[in-house]
Amino acid sequence: MKKQLLSNTKNLILTGVGGQGNVMASRTLAGMLVDAGYIVTIGETFGMSQRGGSVMSHLRISPDSVKSPQIPRGGADVIVALEPLEALRVLTVYGNPQVCVMSNARPVYPIGVITGELSYPSEENIQVAFQRLSKAFWIIDATSAALALGNPVLSNIVMIGALAKTGLLPIDRRMFEKEIKKTLAADKCAVNLKAYDAGGEMIK
Amino acid sequence: MTKLLSPARSKVLFLGNEAIARGALEAGVAVATGYPGTPSSEVIESLAHVASERNLYVEWSVNEKVALEVAAAASFTGLRSMAVMKQNGVNVASDFLLHLTASGTRGGLVLVSCEDPGALSSVNEGESRYFARMLEMPLLEPSDFQEAKDLTKWAFELSEQIGNVVMLRSVTRMSHASGNVICGKLPVKSRKAHFEYDGSVMDSSRGPMISTPVVAKHLLHQQKLKAVEALFEKSPFNRYFGAAKPELLMITSSACFLYAEEAIEMLGLQKRVGILKLGTTWPLPPKLLEKHLRKTKKILIVEEVMPFLEENVKILAAGLANRIAINTFHGKYDETLPSAGELNPDIVAAALCHILKVKRKTLPANYLSDSQKAAALIPAREQTFCAGCPHRASFWNIHNAIALDGRKGFVCGDIGCYSMAALSPATGYHTMPTLHSMGSGTGLASGFAKLAQFGLDQPILTVCGDSTFYHAVIPALINAQHNRADITFIVLDNAGTAMTGFQPHPGLAISAMKEAVPAVDIAAICSAIGAKVALSDPFDLETTRKILTSFLADKGLLKVLILRQACALSPEKKGKKIFDVKVNELLCLGDACGCNRLCTRVFRCPALTWDRTTKKAVVDEVICAGCGVCASICPQKAIVKTEASL
Repeated sequence: MKKQLLSNTKNLILTGVGGQGNVMASRTLAGMLVDAGYIVTIGETFGMSQRGGSVMSHLRISPDSVKSPQIPRGGADVIVALEPLEALRVLTVYGNPQVCVMSNARPVYPIGVITGELSYPSEENIQVAFQRLSKAFWIIDATSAALALGNPVLSNIVMIGALAKTGLLPIDRRMFEKEIKKTLAADKCAVNLKAYDAGGEMIK
Repeated sequence: MTKLLSPARSKVLFLGNEAIARGALEAGVAVATGYPGTPSSEVIESLAHVASERNLYVEWSVNEKVALEVAAAASFTGLRSMAVMKQNGVNVASDFLLHLTASGTRGGLVLVSCEDPGALSSVNEGESRYFARMLEMPLLEPSDFQEAKDLTKWAFELSEQIGNVVMLRSVTRMSHASGNVICGKLPVKSRKAHFEYDGSVMDSSRGPMISTPVVAKHLLHQQKLKAVEALFEKSPFNRYFGAAKPELLMITSSACFLYAEEAIEMLGLQKRVGILKLGTTWPLPPKLLEKHLRKTKKILIVEEVMPFLEENVKILAAGLANRIAINTFHGKYDETLPSAGELNPDIVAAALCHILKVKRKTLPANYLSDSQKAAALIPAREQTFCAGCPHRASFWNIHNAIALDGRKGFVCGDIGCYSMAALSPATGYHTMPTLHSMGSGTGLASGFAKLAQFGLDQPILTVCGDSTFYHAVIPALINAQHNRADITFIVLDNAGTAMTGFQPHPGLAISAMKEAVPAVDIAAICSAIGAKVALSDPFDLETTRKILTSFLADKGLLKVLILRQACALSPEKKGKKIFDVKVNELLCLGDACGCNRLCTRVFRCPALTWDRTTKKAVVDEVICAGCGVCASICPQKAIVKTEASL
């Protein structure tokens, strides 16, 4: 996929459940984009919210200026979700007819669903909602791909690989490799690159 | 090389807290101290990381008051130092702070308070800006990442110039947000520490560091603050954006500036609305304010959380009443903006729409209705104890012991991940009906225990974490022993300051700078106080329950149970399972079992779920941390644990 330079601010929301590697994924993406010359602002909530709660990172990718660390309602261009329910949660607040959604398929059940007090929407209902509320969407089984590589936490990197393949952001494999070489221990780079490639292969 | 030490002129993506740390390094900070607390912890963490390279002394202090005292000692010897804490940490430090602002300081001393509007990771949304006014110290508030670095650096210079503490205030959306920063130079020379104390009592640069004679020193202190006002008049951190004569002037600071900018852009109001962004928020520079208040009749003050800026601007405006016509002020007082919780661009946009009678573009009606339909399908995702969390096992034990005792005992809560036991979805055990500040659980328990003479006959329990024990519990525990309070005090020792990211505390044999240090033993302290002390592993349900039951029956004395098991997310444990756990489908009776889904309905582990098709329990291997506790709770022994293969 050829890189296109952005002329306007792109708003990306990365979401998931505490412990899924959301923060690492957003920092990796941001690092790649800063290196490419963009002004990136990331808004994150972490701390208590990690404990089984929803975790969300707002990435503002601008050609020229710092942006609010919170994206306005209805203002997302891209939503990347490590968990499908969280994709839906973000979509209903930050979605608009032009938004694109990239979601992992594997659910992580909220505690209220586990106890039986609440119910988790069916796969079909989630798909229908994605269809109605986005311009384009992809649902990929990133967790299985990550498990095949030996560690479920790699699903965040699988998602980055898939996102890159869609061409929605000006990122590519060379930028990813450069970034993880800066941030990860040398012995972890190979498996992360494999996860990145596995993600790309899931997008046709 | 670490990112924090990037060469001058390099453009780096910094977390707000890293930008603050970099600013301190550029100012030549020598000593940095703090107590962990979200959203402040990364400032000290990142400085600790470069301590040996930059010849710094960095410590996690036992609490915020001691952190400020340690930093002040460095300042008294002429070194530059900083103390970093979250909003309520300033309350803890405030008694010393009152006296410190009175004695004055020498080397630049910066107090960094990272606050949490909306309480995203707190049990309060208190704020410390009022301390700046109350204790008469300058207050600086960065509104982007570059400023977070630059203002921090300047804060040290300012502190040194006026010989007093300077407070820098950040918020979660600044501290825990990231953005591009252009680095400045790191100094090469370092200062030598020496404490001069032979000068006159009124000479704060050579004499003793004391707050007396009080009135004379107070006047001196106030003169310094007047000098600050003059410096703030010309500060480049106060800037105006917009037309020369806007219809509405927004006055704002901190992350709210970014919301204000975004709101104007969203509504296309660039020509009608101007922004006065203040980086120096106490004392307010009166001439600068006057100049801008003259621009228009309508003012909107945008800030989080309390109307601090609004009040101070109004006081100034009242003083200028004979020179400028009184303006119409919008903000918290007239309820244009909400009086509690954090702001965002949408809230600021709504305020602008309300004042200027404009409408924001909305999404198509059919999209909104589809969106509402989808939203109705979404179950809440409540915070809960992680899979493998020792607290779940601890509270399971505590709940069962209280239920068995039958006298409606209760637990006085404290601050840590275990605070979630106060939320019913976290445990469903409903055992923690009080929750206040650090150490208050033990103080409250000590008080409840003395109410027997007024008829209170419920057993009193209290919990605290290991880091909290050192921070604020010890005085309350001594109070309980000295006053013969009958309480069962439980230390939930998970081997680190877990909630904020495993910072070491005095119970561990390692310091912030990764040096070997003596560990201070909780059990030894409790024994020395005179309490009856026992130790158990919360994962060992049988032993723990027996101890708790015997403690509740053993009346009239202070009993301490230390429940020791490392946090499931701790670096030494993360990703390593002790057990492989599975549900034997042949043994699980599902809904037919008399247990009424004890495992999923009551135990509430994110990894132990209910399969709606087979109507039986099932373990999610991706989430399971392998603690094996659930195997001990299943009456059918259908949950099976086997030693994990490595």
